[in-house]
Amino acid sequence: MVTLKIDGMKVTVRKLSTVLDAAKKLDIPIPTLCHHPELSPFGGCRLCIVEVQGMARPATACTTIAKEGMIVTTTSPYLEKLRKTILELLLSDHPNDCMVCERAGDCTLQELAYFYNIRENRFVGEKRPFIKKDENPFVERSMEKCILCGQCVRVCDEIQGVGAIDFAYKGFNTRVCASYEKDLNCEFCGQCVAVCPTGALTGKMWAHKGRQKDIEQVDTVCPYCGCGCNLTLHVRRNEIIRVSSKKDTINEGWLCMKGRFGYGFINSDERLTKPLIRTAPKKHSADSGQWTNPPNNPPTPPLAKGGEGGFERGGNGGVDSSLLTPHSSLFREVSWEEALNFVAKRLGEIKERYGADSIGGLSSARCTNEENYLFQKFMRAVIGTNNVDNCVRYCHSSTFAGLASVFGSGAMTNSVPEIENHDVIFVIGSNTTETHPIIGLKMKKAVKNGAELIIADPRRIELVRFAKIWLQHRPGTDVALLNSIMHVIVKEDLIDKKFIEERTEGFESFKQSLAEYTPEEGERITGVPKEDIIKVALLYGNAVRPGIYYTMGITQHSHGTENVYAIANLALMTGNLGRESTGVNPLRGQNNVQGATDMGCIPDFYPGYQKVNIPGIKQKFEMAWGVKLSDKVGLTATEIINAAFKGKLKASYIMGENPVLSDPDVNHTIKALGKLDFLVVQDIFMTETAELADVVLPAACFAEKDGTFTNTARRIQRVRKAVEPPGEAKEDSWIIMELANLFGYKMRYNYIGEVFHEAGKAWPAIAGITYGRIEKIGLQWPCPTLDHPGTLYLFKGGFPRGKAAFSTIRYRPSEELPDNEYPFLLSTGRQLFQYHTGSMTRKIDAINKVSPEAYIEIHPDDAKQLGVNDGDTVKVSSRRGSIDIKVLISERPLKGMTFIPFHFKEAAANVLTSSVLDPIARIPELKVCAVKIEPIHQI
Amino acid sequence: MEKKLEKILKNYVKDECNIISTLQDVQEILGYIPEEAINFLSKKLDIPASRLFGIITFYSQFHLKPRGENIITICRGTACHVNGSERLINRLLIELEIPPGGDTTDDLRFTAEKVNCVGTCSMAPVVIINKRVHGEMTTDKLIKEIKILKGKR
Ligand code: SF4
Ligand code: SF4
Ligand code: SF4
Ligand code: FES
Ligand code: FES
Repeated sequence: MVTLKIDGMKVTVRKLSTVLDAAKKLDIPIPTLCHHPELSPFGGCRLCIVEVQGMARPATACTTIAKEGMIVTTTSPYLEKLRKTILELLLSDHPNDCMVCERAGDCTLQELAYFYNIRENRFVGEKRPFIKKDENPFVERSMEKCILCGQCVRVCDEIQGVGAIDFAYKGFNTRVCASYEKDLNCEFCGQCVAVCPTGALTGKMWAHKGRQKDIEQVDTVCPYCGCGCNLTLHVRRNEIIRVSSKKDTINEGWLCMKGRFGYGFINSDERLTKPLIRTAPKKHSADSGQWTNPPNNPPTPPLAKGGEGGFERGGNGGVDSSLLTPHSSLFREVSWEEALNFVAKRLGEIKERYGADSIGGLSSARCTNEENYLFQKFMRAVIGTNNVDNCVRYCHSSTFAGLASVFGSGAMTNSVPEIENHDVIFVIGSNTTETHPIIGLKMKKAVKNGAELIIADPRRIELVRFAKIWLQHRPGTDVALLNSIMHVIVKEDLIDKKFIEERTEGFESFKQSLAEYTPEEGERITGVPKEDIIKVALLYGNAVRPGIYYTMGITQHSHGTENVYAIANLALMTGNLGRESTGVNPLRGQNNVQGATDMGCIPDFYPGYQKVNIPGIKQKFEMAWGVKLSDKVGLTATEIINAAFKGKLKASYIMGENPVLSDPDVNHTIKALGKLDFLVVQDIFMTETAELADVVLPAACFAEKDGTFTNTARRIQRVRKAVEPPGEAKEDSWIIMELANLFGYKMRYNYIGEVFHEAGKAWPAIAGITYGRIEKIGLQWPCPTLDHPGTLYLFKGGFPRGKAAFSTIRYRPSEELPDNEYPFLLSTGRQLFQYHTGSMTRKIDAINKVSPEAYIEIHPDDAKQLGVNDGDTVKVSSRRGSIDIKVLISERPLKGMTFIPFHFKEAAANVLTSSVLDPIARIPELKVCAVKIEPIHQI
Repeated sequence: MEKKLEKILKNYVKDECNIISTLQDVQEILGYIPEEAINFLSKKLDIPASRLFGIITFYSQFHLKPRGENIITICRGTACHVNGSERLINRLLIELEIPPGGDTTDDLRFTAEKVNCVGTCSMAPVVIINKRVHGEMTTDKLIKEIKILKGKR
């Protein structure tokens, strides 16, 4: 600690703090232009100059280290004169553009010019001309306004780890640009836009939408991934015109491209605005023979749709093309009253005739906790079935089955802020920087702080650049890899005996099972050199605060649950659980997949993971909800589709999900849904699934309602209404309540917080959380009482179920491996710019510009052998179907392996995938299937 | 080109300190620094292309475009300027038919460039023709030299 005096006031700061930090502590304002607290000091603008006693010349406060006994003056006529001169010089070649500048009112330079009263300029100089090169759809660069503060350069390099831009040339010609002054071709995170203190960098889509006047700012949570970044929506006249993020949030103001620029879908004119009832016969209803026409069904004229000719649909790419017709010819618009009455009547009839269990519900991980709570309550209390699930089935049900049975909870054990303090990070089967960008940033930060990063992934993902070691194992061999790592850990005696003794059981027999997984055996199965296996074992085994991170690369396998068990074993044997920055962290894909699951939108649990088939628990919920409940474990999402296919399930209620594209084996899903007697889809867009529905209900999106989301780290955060929904679209909660009421079950809440409160009564772990407490920052469950601070990391004092058990896991190959006929292995997944089935991101022109179409990544050697070039179209087929798709030659996948992102319906990856399920969690094997690739010879 | 670049890289350990000399080698062998070379090095050395671009634009010794076989460098430092270097430049550009804004002839035979003071002010105006320094240059003398070079082939 050092003590110094600034402007006559004493202040004590930590060693190596700067004078600027010290002044900040005293709340003394010092003007800055190139300083950013999260970035390395630059000392370029010299605006922060201060006088230090004993120093001949003024020093820059942002780079001067505070010393014991220093006496600093931050303002004097002399300093102010210097500052004014600096500003005048900066403004000498600055266009006087404030009138039309996007940044006006939010520009540090403008503000300083105002405070220093600079009107005329003494140094009117030559202006720097710039040839504008910005065809990119996100970042508008007006570099003549650039003051060379370098914040954008540093943020891109130090925070984002990209380095897309840098200073080039020198002297008067110095400029910030991409290599060879090309247009930006980067991750488009917009971090540079966020830090730029002038109007040099702005958002393209902000242009002429409004600046400061008449703008209302609404804090909420990002609707895309599970990171749960906090957003601030800028609203003008019921339109979202800009998205920003505050610095004092869990994401420190950083966002990814989707969060920052992916808001266009909200105002899309393709939003559903009216309830729709099907008029056209269903395609696949013929073989079900059950379909009945809706009542009073006169042929109606096609929907008039604001001049525009309905939808533009791309090529069919394997999806039955007759299904991709404009919805105007399938549906007619009806009133809410008619739609809801019809739904209630049909569901009622089907329940009457076939029983409650003939109805299944799919809830949405995009919707709020409150809506998910109501949805499962509707299915359980009103319909009377436990057939309710959400998309967790497709991504993390194996996590849940695995971790919950070992630890007693399947959530991430640590929190996002803890990531930067790991000393070893082991990422397996997660392309974190693309799927969870902000968690990816944290990992990069950890590496900067000295953490060693281990990556196990068959593809050369972006994080590999930051890794100490990269294990490129064959897809589907994770168990063998992990077992051989554990073999070495046992051999090297890096196990935590005390932890094993006190907190686990079954270690001895488990240990025996590892004997056969020598590094040599590991190498044989996985293809990873045994030296690397040993290295990783030593790194992880010796680490003090290691964290394991995984996603779909682990879970979406026919042995997904076993993969998760293997990970749990690794953490248990080394005692790496229950401490700060130490644990096992499954990253949740969608914004609220954690919440949807917590809220009981899973077939075997009520809210809070309370088993439906335990009589005491059932009674508790019967009391609370005032009806008899079913104790029969319901069907999972995958089983719901299969039961529909077999004709056992008669009706389905799907809220905000698009199983046609997200489920494996598209054609199977379409047929299955076509066989239903009755399908209700509630969504914000006419999705591929909605096109199959009997009734489509228009819903409100995240910006149009109040509620909460729970991020991947169990943090419950407030979602706030910023705009009114379009047309007659309604909040999902309103729709569910109205339906329940039509069934004669009273669901009335004065405001949405009451639903959360009710959920808290049912599930003690969130009983201590109120809207009031999470006004600014969210709280992490468990948080049982009103004075509980929330739980950063889990299992501090032990596991909820007592001792955690080791599970003996043996490697078994994936179900469908390449053979002579289908020689390539296909993995599917996400990419940075698109999200899930694209029902939101693909409505945004700017995103489609940088990520226009689907592709198959093929290794250069394989491409050569096939005789295909970049951009060629090939036909990719599996045993289930085939699609035409463009080739992207890439060194990312292993030889023999291919990758297709699943966002694109024109080339729907899930036409190819296999619907083999994990026997325990019933998760489909989306990461491994066999395909063949044939060049298509254009004539 | 990839092969040439691979070879250059082999001579250097993966180390940012050697980056300037690596770039010098690239220029030595290719005559200039093409964008593909920067992209290649960026990938191999894991240094952002923008940073490499920053380096090559900072030092005037690096060239972003192909250069002529013959390099004519005209000094326009103060002494040379006073002694009429501007006239020399204009005449040279006309003689070589180099379009405004450019510095190299279309057939890549000549590059005309300007520098600030080459340090032999006593001989102003100074022109360097293919590394040979010519003092007290006149337009006639310059054209004569050019004609000779044009004749060679
Ligand atoms: S948008 Fe992001 S990646 Fe692109 S230049 Fe800006 S900071 Fe770098
Ligand atoms: S573009 Fe903005 S952030 Fe970047 S150097 Fe210029 S003024 Fe600074
Ligand atoms: S990282 Fe995830 S939560 Fe954050 S802005 Fe991007 S999509 Fe949204
Ligand atoms: S803020 Fe200190 S020099 Fe720019
Ligand atoms: S000015 Fe030309 S050599 Fe010095």
